[in-house]
Amino acid sequence: MIVILLLIPLSIMIAAIFLLAFIWAVRSGQYEDTSTPSMRLLLEENNTKKDKKENE
Amino acid sequence: MTTSDTIHPELRHQQARADAVETFRYDNGIVRAFAIATVLWGIVGMTAGLLCAVQLFFPAANLDLQFVTFGRLRPVHTNAVIFAFVGNGMFMGIYYSLQRLCKARMFSDTLSWLNFWGWNAIIVSAAITLPLGFTTSKEYAELEWPIKTAIAVIWVAFVINLLGTIMKRREKHIYVAIWFYIATALTVAILHIVNGLEVPVTMWKGYSIYAGVQDALVQWWYGHNAVAFFLTTPYLGLMYYYLPKAANRPIYSYRLSIIHFWALIFIYIWAGPHHLLYTALPDWAQSLGMVFSIMLIAPSWGGMLNGLLTLRGAWDKVRQDPVLKFMVAAVTAYGMATLEGPALAVKTVNSLSHYTDWTIAHVHTGALGWNGLLTFGVLYWLFPRLYRTQLWSTKLANYHFWIALLGMVFYVIPMYIAGITEGMMWKQFTKEGFLQYPNFLETVRQIIPFYQLRAVGGTLYIGGAWLMAYNLWRTARAGAFAPEEEVQAVSYRSQPGAAGEAAFTHRWLESKPMLLTGAALVAVLIGGMIEIIPMIVVKENVPTISSVRPYTALELLGRDLYIREGCLACHSQMIRPFRSETERYGEYSKAGEFVYDHPFLWGSKRIGPDLHRVGGKYPEAWHYNHLDDPRSTSPGSIMPRYLWLLTQKLDTTSLPARISALRRVGVPYPPGYENKALEDLNQQAAKVVANLKTGQVKAQPDREIIAVIAYLQRLGTDIKLAPKTTADSGTGLRASN
Repeated sequence: MIVILLLIPLSIMIAAIFLLAFIWAVRSGQYEDTSTPSMRLLLEENNTKKDKKENE
Repeated sequence: MTTSDTIHPELRHQQARADAVETFRYDNGIVRAFAIATVLWGIVGMTAGLLCAVQLFFPAANLDLQFVTFGRLRPVHTNAVIFAFVGNGMFMGIYYSLQRLCKARMFSDTLSWLNFWGWNAIIVSAAITLPLGFTTSKEYAELEWPIKTAIAVIWVAFVINLLGTIMKRREKHIYVAIWFYIATALTVAILHIVNGLEVPVTMWKGYSIYAGVQDALVQWWYGHNAVAFFLTTPYLGLMYYYLPKAANRPIYSYRLSIIHFWALIFIYIWAGPHHLLYTALPDWAQSLGMVFSIMLIAPSWGGMLNGLLTLRGAWDKVRQDPVLKFMVAAVTAYGMATLEGPALAVKTVNSLSHYTDWTIAHVHTGALGWNGLLTFGVLYWLFPRLYRTQLWSTKLANYHFWIALLGMVFYVIPMYIAGITEGMMWKQFTKEGFLQYPNFLETVRQIIPFYQLRAVGGTLYIGGAWLMAYNLWRTARAGAFAPEEEVQAVSYRSQPGAAGEAAFTHRWLESKPMLLTGAALVAVLIGGMIEIIPMIVVKENVPTISSVRPYTALELLGRDLYIREGCLACHSQMIRPFRSETERYGEYSKAGEFVYDHPFLWGSKRIGPDLHRVGGKYPEAWHYNHLDDPRSTSPGSIMPRYLWLLTQKLDTTSLPARISALRRVGVPYPPGYENKALEDLNQQAAKVVANLKTGQVKAQPDREIIAVIAYLQRLGTDIKLAPKTTADSGTGLRASN
């Protein structure tokens, strides 16, 4: 069962990476605004210049 | 550009903003490529599933071709549906939404197309090698080491492309969907690499470095998280983008989505051992898996409720719009599957459900419902936008929805009934204390009608997929596809008042050493793991049961044939410590019996009986006749005929290499055994042939079936030997008969 000594640290490592990401997200103000991001998603089409067809 | 002092500050402000507007283009070509691949592979994967389903009540449907027998076709089905259909669907959804959520083109077009062609080349190679029998036998990780390596490379290309796009995003806020994509990218990479470690023997054969219980634990740590991070998190990300888009409403609670995300990823990774309840895995690991599985209900339902509540007050839209119908049904299926999953992870429930069709019902609620329906919904939403037109036929899409739903019902309900029937029949005792159904075949015959109904359900579901393919094709024909979509946006980095560009550059520079350190750490970890893991793993393989010995040359090749034919798709090798199982199969399985099993072959489903104690249960001739025609020895059996085993010559060319490779992962073959192996093999084959002769079967010693029989006769017998037996003469490997 010694392999569990590998799997648990690995799982903890993954969790630690996510924890760091979480701390970064909170510190950098990602979650200061929890209402507009969901609205902004719906507005993006306005930026699109329609009917500009280009081919490669 | 003008910096005249005469301009009013406010105007200058506006000028700066106008200057900061950047024009760039979204890459729709890559999205279309993945979308088409999704549709095509979806139909292929589902059809493979249907062929499997039909063989379970009509074994002759394989036309006696070895390449399409159930054992080899099942991994084709599972890999095609998971990695080809959902995989391409995930990339399609991510490549479209990520660009828009980041207001940036993908980081690198080269990586995008490498991702596309690489991934699909891998799928094609899987579709070729799996029917040929090149398989590791580890579920959802069947592909042999060259393809496995390619998967790691292509996945890394995807990860770089994803993270690169996020780095150059113009939108400061990272929308919750992107977090789901990041979690997917990172975790799948680690899982895949750790579970895939193998010692290569030939081009298409390798041995897992882990053995027995350890291999099982690593496999289900991977297997469970493959479901979590390949089938769930990316699709939750898609839900958070496409569901609000399709409904034209913001997600019910953005705050909930954040909590639900972090809770989900922190809990998910610990639930793997619930696949191994009541097996030879230590109790505490089983309990850990069970507890975390139950905790998972909360974040899972958080996601489901968030999805469904987004539509509050908009249910009239659902009635009209097939896209929303698909999505609502998908999210509902997700909620059902994630309530059922924890229930199945409770030991009491699991003792009944494990190895039965209940598991099949459960995974198909997830696959057909959650992944399938959500993919269909996204495709119907995406195609008109890519082709700048309307969906060709909304009516047809509605038909597809109802047909798919009906297909699901016809699939899932019979499987539930079959699963519970099996579980109860296997456990049923008479008043006198004997098994009520001692013959496994009775339980098989009982569920044949449900297998037939399931095939009806599958056919309906595929029929729906064909309708969609036609509808999307007509939509594409009616519209005009533009591979590039020009857009304008202001980067948050250049917005006045915000952190400002200088600050950003500073931070960017600052973060670079950190980035490098991080990358170096990961590289070191991977390198270190590859070095260290085999060592600790090998050390552990000291047998705890002294009578357990490595397989002989012939048995080893027989075992590798057992893997090639996918026998473990229907036969488990793990007798759980229940009276109903020990009565039926014999002494329950001990962890110490599997120390030389690279890979482990416990299986996850009993379409046929468990084989762990089959060794010595029947004479050799019985096995020969049974493999020749299962119906001759077991009337009503649904096992395919293995005619080619009777005729094909056993390939012994790589035998020394196999012995050496296994020695490297800790199997204690005596020094020089690889040179004597062939001689030893011939001796044992002659014995098997002699035993066959006493059973009126004339066979040649150099055929594959001899090796398979030798392996089957060895299974589970070591423990019955007196621990002192130090075997006969030469090798010390042979179990004395």
